[in-house]
Amino acid sequence: MTVLDMSQVALRELNSTLQAAAKDRKNEAFDITNPRGSHAVAVGLDGPLDVTIKGSTGYYCAGMNKEATVTVEGSTGPGVAENMMSGVVTIEGDASQYAGATGRGGLLNIKGNASSRCGISMKGIDIVVHGNIGHMSAFMAQRGNLVVLGDAGDALGDSLYEARLFVRGKVKSLGADCIEKEMRPEHLTFLKDILEKTGADAKPEEFKRYGSARKLYNFNIDHADEY
Amino acid sequence: MDKTPHTEPRQSWTFSQEVNSEIRRAAATGIYDIRGGGAKRRVPHFDDLLFLGASMSRYPLEGYREKCDTSVTLGTRFAKKPIELKIPITIAGMSFGALSGHAKEALGRGASLAGTSTTTGDGGMTEEERGHSEKLVYQYLPSRYGMNPDDLRRADAIEIVVGQGAKPGGGGMLLGQKITERVAGMRDLPVGIDQRSACRHPDWTGPDDLEIKILELREITNWEKPIYIKVGGARPYYDTALAVKAGADVVVLDGMQGGTAATQDVFIENVGQPTLACIRPAVQALQDLGLHREVQLVVSGGIRTGADVAKALALGADAVAIGTAALVALGDNDPKWEAEYNALGTTAGAYDDWHEGRDPAGITTQDPELMKRLDPVAAGRRLRNYLNVMTLECQTIARACGHNHVHNLEPEDLCALTMEAAAMAQVPLAGTSWWPGKGGF
Repeated sequence: MTVLDMSQVALRELNSTLQAAAKDRKNEAFDITNPRGSHAVAVGLDGPLDVTIKGSTGYYCAGMNKEATVTVEGSTGPGVAENMMSGVVTIEGDASQYAGATGRGGLLNIKGNASSRCGISMKGIDIVVHGNIGHMSAFMAQRGNLVVLGDAGDALGDSLYEARLFVRGKVKSLGADCIEKEMRPEHLTFLKDILEKTGADAKPEEFKRYGSARKLYNFNIDHADEY
Repeated sequence: MDKTPHTEPRQSWTFSQEVNSEIRRAAATGIYDIRGGGAKRRVPHFDDLLFLGASMSRYPLEGYREKCDTSVTLGTRFAKKPIELKIPITIAGMSFGALSGHAKEALGRGASLAGTSTTTGDGGMTEEERGHSEKLVYQYLPSRYGMNPDDLRRADAIEIVVGQGAKPGGGGMLLGQKITERVAGMRDLPVGIDQRSACRHPDWTGPDDLEIKILELREITNWEKPIYIKVGGARPYYDTALAVKAGADVVVLDGMQGGTAATQDVFIENVGQPTLACIRPAVQALQDLGLHREVQLVVSGGIRTGADVAKALALGADAVAIGTAALVALGDNDPKWEAEYNALGTTAGAYDDWHEGRDPAGITTQDPELMKRLDPVAAGRRLRNYLNVMTLECQTIARACGHNHVHNLEPEDLCALTMEAAAMAQVPLAGTSWWPGKGGF
């Protein structure tokens, strides 16, 4: 276990060390102490690595992660795990806006709440939020799964493409072209697996599934009211 | 026979045949016109400026004998590895999806032969363009289609697209008929559906956020790559100042004559400012910040000739970017396809339905049969020739004005033919030492 203390180590040195270790593919473990809300902590990791951040971070923590496992023992600022490609990012606290934005793969596990625009434009990532999510979450989401144990804010899944949304609590409102859909056996199986994997305290049967009505997939003037 | 005199039929200026045809088209289809290309209306342009060659008060350089340097380095502010180009003309961002793979390859070949860079676009980086582009700028776009940290690292520079000249504030729409399996795969979307390019980045909302986003991109790429910020020419002074504040190494300023793959005609023709009007305010912003030439300015939107290049540089730009002109050089809208353009209801030179994917020249299409019509090697050579001609033209003007580097061109080398151009470029009206606004009114 290597400890990198951000009260002593500059951001550039921290990320260089982590990126080099990820590239070496030795699956090392690092503890980051005193993150003090710093931005861009543990970004661009490109290989198997186990990073634990002991405290809260600012913007874009674990951005564009590939293969690495990053755990934040605190809360994160906007854009955590943005454009993540693979690996696992876990937030023990809450996440601010745009969590998992444009994420292409891997798992983002938020133990607290997430703010607005969670999973915006997601493109293949799986996001599990144990608490609530804010408004306009999964806006223009293309692929992947957003699982929410709590409630969702306004305009969930607005202009959704093929991403699947599962919400256990209340949905304040659905966005344009987002509808409730039948929960089929494969969805229950998926939920069972991911809930187990993320340690989420919920049962698959408690969720409702939402997806695209696909009415807006090709422009049609008869749907102009939806825009 | 009625001998009463009649008034000759008279067309309305307001309701011209062109306007009436658009009203009829809108009534029949129920949707605004979407098209490619850029603004077609006449706006004040570089044509409205003239150079003042040397005679007595200035001393010219000998053409073809005395050296006139054209090299430019972009990204000298923060990047460890600035981009060094032989010529001050770059290829603007155009997407794979809008363009065929062959067209991307041809752009890479031509630009590399001429010693300059190409730029990716919405849709991500293709092997064709990375493989054939000696210097490749990777666009980081609001849609984040095809965004990949591996490609970010494989690029020579990163261009964060905030706005585009043809549509400042607007997104795009690539219609379903162009969405082949390959295009769809790169964009994480199903085949055949319309693909909307977002008008704003999903995970930042202003220059303060952008500053942090740039920090992230630099941390991921070891602070090596120059960071460009591209803005549409709408509020050039403030947008340039804020781009610099956010940490740009290079500002790319795209005026309203800039091209687009698929945007509403009403947007293309009615939003943004002419390129000519955008340059001086942007340069002023850089000068006010004490960073002119330290943060480089790349200007695009309707650049066609070496004279346009020279005029943009004289007004304070460090380089220009070409898009539409590069496609024409490759062979787009070539009269040899006239019969096929006619069959599409248009004519060579006016074809702009790039989003429909039926480009007879094989450039703005994903149709495998049409794509074969473009030989990337031959087309690359045409682009190289065109870039070389523009550079020679720019050099010959610079020499005539007495400069041994094209960057030494200055506003004092110019005069304007019209009041509008004089006001926008802030150079004297021909035959005077005055421009509108000079002296405070």
